[in-house]
Amino acid sequence: MTNSNQPALQMQNLSVYYGNTPALHNVNLTVDHGEYLGIIGPNGGGKTTLIRVILGLLAPTTGSVLVYGKPAGHTDVKIGYVPQIAPLDRRFPITAFEAVLTGRLGRGLVPFHRYSKSDRLAASEALERVGIAQLAERRLSALSGGEFQRLLIARALAVEPKLLLLDEPTANVDAGSREKIYTLLAELSKTMTVILVTHDLLAISSQLRSLACLSGRLVYHGEPQLNTDTVRALYGCPVDLIAHGVPHRVLGDHHEEGDNLVC
Amino acid sequence: MLTALLKYQFLQNAVLAGLLASVLCGVIGVIIIEKKLVMMSGGIAHASYGGVGLGYLLGIEPIFGAIGFALLSALGVGFVKRRGGASADVLIGLFWSLGMALGIFFVALMPGYPPDMSSYLFGNILAVTRADLYLTAGLTGAVVLVVAVFFDSWKAYLFDDEFARLIGQPTALLEYLLLATIAMSVVALIRVVGIILALAMLTAPAATASLFTKGLGSRMAASAALGAVFCFAGLTISYYTGISSGATIVTLSGAVCLSSYGVRALADAHTRKHAAMEHSREEVSEK
Repeated sequence: MTNSNQPALQMQNLSVYYGNTPALHNVNLTVDHGEYLGIIGPNGGGKTTLIRVILGLLAPTTGSVLVYGKPAGHTDVKIGYVPQIAPLDRRFPITAFEAVLTGRLGRGLVPFHRYSKSDRLAASEALERVGIAQLAERRLSALSGGEFQRLLIARALAVEPKLLLLDEPTANVDAGSREKIYTLLAELSKTMTVILVTHDLLAISSQLRSLACLSGRLVYHGEPQLNTDTVRALYGCPVDLIAHGVPHRVLGDHHEEGDNLVC
Repeated sequence: MLTALLKYQFLQNAVLAGLLASVLCGVIGVIIIEKKLVMMSGGIAHASYGGVGLGYLLGIEPIFGAIGFALLSALGVGFVKRRGGASADVLIGLFWSLGMALGIFFVALMPGYPPDMSSYLFGNILAVTRADLYLTAGLTGAVVLVVAVFFDSWKAYLFDDEFARLIGQPTALLEYLLLATIAMSVVALIRVVGIILALAMLTAPAATASLFTKGLGSRMAASAALGAVFCFAGLTISYYTGISSGATIVTLSGAVCLSSYGVRALADAHTRKHAAMEHSREEVSEK
């Protein structure tokens, strides 16, 4: 049994090296159960590496990663993973419903496996939850980028995860779909731990409960607000974060927020 | 040809071998195209030529040598690829030529007059024996069974292998199983169309089927049916013209596949134009 008071994620002195090059250096990060954490950072900041380590697809070079108390990759807690959509083949001959149904497959090879009624029900519900139930019988090639992204979220939900991990869910979608995805994630975060990795700074104004900034090392972890020092540490220069049409300022005042800096 | 078909056993064997190979190509061809393993399959096919040569040299049935080489090259490329050692692309190119070279090499080492190996290169479906037929039937049965029994797992693996791995599917096993399956299919095809022409049998029916089928299972079935038609029609052309059956089957498959692509492109253009005209008409009537 997994104790739900246990942190969802505990990273201690995590470093990952590709050859001599550090992708992540000495990252310490604890994420509580039920948290809605956004991890932002520039391209090459180690965000995807971090996700792969949490999933157990990549072994840490040094340090430890515990997912609900067990080493990453050996956890008995169900993790819903939403990959980047770019590498997936959208011409693959299955319908949206069938793709979501694969989330119900479970472990190991089962001869003559058939999805049960409850599997089908769970897949339908997952599609409904992300708001694309009407597209269930569509082929993948007939979905827009935003619809495909939400389909992948539905597939992760079909797993019935305790922890939902998303890798750049807004990278290839239009502004309208982005809003829908952030609204959906805020809703989902009420019932599960959500970790969102993105380079989209607008995520900060999207009801995140906490924010981590990653640029090879953990630059900041705390309230979902950014100050110019953090941004400078992340991107090497102050970035104008007050974009046209964005309802909230994402940049806090420099002097007030200085205390939140980890490094 | 029908009366001859009833009369001569070698024709019956030929048709049966063609049908079995079509089923095999239908199932495996679809997977090969989806997983982008076409060149890998070509490499395996050509590598098996080394096994044919070794078979002749050792005095064993050359097709068993081909099975060994095909399996070894398939699993070898898979292993190196998983380890991230060398680029699979480079390895495939290397296996491709090396297999052919070894075939020539081994046969040259044989004492006496060298055997005619062109039937392995270009196939000779009319020379299919009962034993060949049993072998092809066994290979086809095994491959179709492996795909059918674990169909849901295959589907998840083919769509997104990383996700499949994360939910606990043994994707390494599936990958090796797939490579072994491709190797077996290639060997089964050697008798029908030969090493050099096998690639067309693996791709043409599956690619044609992909133009008009929506699901994975139905695509495999349609691809198998198309392959059977190509084989039978190619054999008929071969029977009346005396042109080698491998050449007629592959030429026909290629011609149908390419013209289907053409028809499809025209149809798509028509659909787009039609839809655009409909929309502008609606706009006008709204005003």
